[in-house]
Parts: sequence; structure tokens; C-alpha cells
Amino acid sequence: MSSSASTPASSGSQQPTHTPTGLIAFAWTLVGVPLAYGLYQTVKTASSLFGG
Amino acid sequence: MAVPSFLARERIIARPGFNRWLIPPAALAVHLCIGQAYATSVYKTALVEHFDASLTSIGIIFSIAIVMLGLSAAVFGTWVDRNGPRAAMATSAAFWVTGFLVGSLGIATEQLWLLYLGYGVIGGIGLGIGYISPVSTLIKWFPDRPGLATGMAIMGFGGGALIASPLSRQLMNFYDADYDGTAGTVPSGESVALLFLTLAVLYALFMSFGALIVRVPADGWKPVGFDPSTVKQKALVTTDNVSANNAIRTPQFWLLWIVLFCNVTAGIGILEQAAPMIQDFFRDGETSAVTAATAAGFVGLLSLFNMGGRFVWSTTSDYIGRKPIYMVYLGVGIALYVVLATLGSSATWIFVITAAIIISFYGGGFSTVPAYLRDLFGTFQVGAIHGRLLTAWSAAGIAGPLIINGVLDLAEGEPGELVAGDYRPALFIMVGLLVIGFIANLLVKPVAAKWHEPTSPPSPSTQEASAVR
Repeated sequence: MSSSASTPASSGSQQPTHTPTGLIAFAWTLVGVPLAYGLYQTVKTASSLFGG
Repeated sequence: MAVPSFLARERIIARPGFNRWLIPPAALAVHLCIGQAYATSVYKTALVEHFDASLTSIGIIFSIAIVMLGLSAAVFGTWVDRNGPRAAMATSAAFWVTGFLVGSLGIATEQLWLLYLGYGVIGGIGLGIGYISPVSTLIKWFPDRPGLATGMAIMGFGGGALIASPLSRQLMNFYDADYDGTAGTVPSGESVALLFLTLAVLYALFMSFGALIVRVPADGWKPVGFDPSTVKQKALVTTDNVSANNAIRTPQFWLLWIVLFCNVTAGIGILEQAAPMIQDFFRDGETSAVTAATAAGFVGLLSLFNMGGRFVWSTTSDYIGRKPIYMVYLGVGIALYVVLATLGSSATWIFVITAAIIISFYGGGFSTVPAYLRDLFGTFQVGAIHGRLLTAWSAAGIAGPLIINGVLDLAEGEPGELVAGDYRPALFIMVGLLVIGFIANLLVKPVAAKWHEPTSPPSPSTQEASAVR
């Protein structure tokens, strides 16, 4: 994630910002939880393919 | 067409120090919602019974939505590039949610045309704008890993169906206690109408969150340690830019259109009939060695490979290149289709593994194409170019089912009552399509310099003027 910082030359006179780690974690959790739910449900369904 | 100031591109230009890893979840928030389009089969039977309509009459709702996806992505692509991802995501959310609300009204009042208009036309416009909304933004934030970036977002489209299918079953069970999700029980029309209302609320919240957190990089921004000149060293990759209007005049655009069309059509050939197909391949007289539950498991497995392929193959393309990865999708795809047609009925594991890899290539074809476009045409209007290319998806959405259903109609039987041999002609047609796609990909060369924009990179504010050149 360290590669996300802007290059100073391109940033003009704007004040630097800091993206809170908590916000990034929250955003990933918000999309990750439903995705994990979908994956779990689908793996459960797909497992019948191997269970006979 | 002006947008409210809080949605404007100028309002979401990231300040120095902004962490780009906030952008993929913004993109996923949209794609996970619109990916519901692939979960319509969950309530298909319910709608057939509710409207007392044929399967075709209900199935056409999905077809309308996919056609509208391609058309709206093509028509609004330049608008999306000009106004930025927040305006696009908000607009997509408005259309997608309105589509569900109008569709719900149609179901509740038993007016099928409202469902066509709502979910099909209005929702389909939301699909198209939503699908392309984060793509060019992600490519600009991840110039070092465009395949990874677009793979993450477009994986979300595959993931959306994984979420919506079980969620819809559970919600319909909640609204209709007589429906328990097992074979033989069908949810009531009222429960589907309520499902649409619930999804509308959930998707409005989720997509708004994506629109709220998305940002665009400032002009000239690049990740620390990234040297754009290293990109140019790769074959086919340009640091120049081509406008959307000029891109469609190049042979490269149409070659990629053919590539996408062939890859998608071939994948739909399996996806369209996955459950009955596996049962038919292992049929012995009246009965099949594959039970309905196992067939459902097969469909689930294909969904996983469809989603996984979008991420894994697109990310791989960052290392081996876009043209080589499409040679894999199409070339290995040809071999796998031949195996499926000739040896697919000899063992279940051969059938399952072959089909799963084919579907992973289908997903990979979708997620790698924006990065391929970036390589050939630059980042200037890659979203608009991508939008125009998605008409290939619409065309494939019509051609794929037509081919497979046309061939099966000749066999004079219903899927679920056929045998492996009945599918063989369709599978060999897909082999032919993949050969055409393979040749088209081989013919892709760098775009001629005459199509390039002037060398100084255009700013977003000048895009409108350049777009009409």
C-alpha cells in the first residue's frame, strides 16, 4: 500500500491528505463480508458435486 | 449534460497522499450489485407461474437487460469518462434501483411489460453505466497493474451472482413460508415483488457507498517507484492516447470486438444449459447418472470458476501480456471444447474440469479486455472505448443462446431429455468461433500513430472537445 502516495510534482498546491486505515479496512469489510457469504453458500452448493 | 456539483469529477480529485486501495472496494460496491443480473434464474420459474407465461417470455427480460447493457455502455461511455466515476456510479445506482422498483410494480400488478421496461430497459441502462463506471478510474490508479485492478472490479460482477442467488432464495423464503428453496417448491409472485423491493434498498445503499468513496487521481499522478517509460518497452503497449471516436475507426478495435464476441459466445454455450447439459451427457435411457442436486453443484462450481477466472487470469496478463493470455483463452479453449465434445461423456471428472476451465477463460476474457484496450489505446478515453466494445457482449448474448438452442431444437428434445451427441454440433460450432477469435487476436498489431492524440496528455476538462474530433 505504500506505493499509493502521489508524486509531489503532480500534486500542485493541494494540501496532502491521509486516508485512515480504518476507512480502508471498513470499505474492504463492507464488500468482503457479502462476498464471503456468497462464496460460502456457493461452495456449499458445489460440494454436492463431489459428495455424490 | 451537466451533473450536480457534488457528483462532478472536479470534486473527487484525490489530494496527495490519498491511498489508492480505497478505490477497488468502491468499484466492487457497484459490481457486486449489478452482478445480480446473473442470478435471475432463481426466480424465473416463479415469474413463469405468476404471469402464466412461457419460459421464453420470462427469459427475454434478461436478454433485454444485456442488450441494454451493451447499448448504454456504448452510448454513455464518453459521458462516463468526462464526468467521472462518482457521477457514473450514482447514475447507475439510480437506473438499477429504479429498474427494480418498476419491476416490482410490474410483478405486483401482474403487468409483464412493466417488468420488461423496469428490469430490462431501465435496469439494463444501470447495468451498462455501472459496468464501465470504475474501469478507467482503476486503470489510472493502477498503471503498474491494470490487469489486477480491472480483474478485481469485474470479478465483483461474477461475485454479485454468488451473493444474489442464495440471498434471493432466503429472502423469498422469508416472504413466502411455503417456499423452502428445494426442488418442487416455487415462490409466490408476491414474494418476488417484495424481493425486488428489498434488493432495491440494499443496492441503493451499497452503490451510494461506492460513489461516495471513489476518487480520481490528479493529472500526472503516478505510484511511487513507477516509471511509465518501462511500460512502453512491452510489445503492443502504448503511452500515447486514442480518442473513442478514433478508436472505432481502427482495425484493432474491431479485431478485439471479434475476440470478445467469440470468447463470450463460446462461454455462454455452456453457461446457458449447464445444469441440463451435465445430466444429458451422462444419461442412460430415461435416467441420468447425475442427479439434480449434483447438477446444481456443477452450476455453483462454474460460478466459482467464472468469478475466479476474472481475477486470476486478468492478474496473470500483467505478467505475460494481453495478447498471449487471449491466445491461451482461445487456443486452449479450442482444445478443451474438442475434449468436451469427444471425451466429455466418458467420465464426469473430465466433463467437470473441462467445463470449469472453459468458464474461467470466459470470465478472464471479460476482465482482461479493459487492460488490453489500455495497452492499445492509452488511458484517455479507455472507459468510452470499453463501453463501445461491450456491444460484442450484447451480440454474444443473443448469438450464444441462439446457437445452442437452435442445435438442440434440431435434436427435437428438451434439455434434460437429450444425450451427449445432441450437443456435439453446438460444441463444434463453438470450436469454429474460437478459431475465428484466435486468428483475430493474432492479427492485433499496435495502433498506427495517425490515430494518436497530440502528445501532451489531455486533461479531463479538454476531453469533451477532443472526444468529438
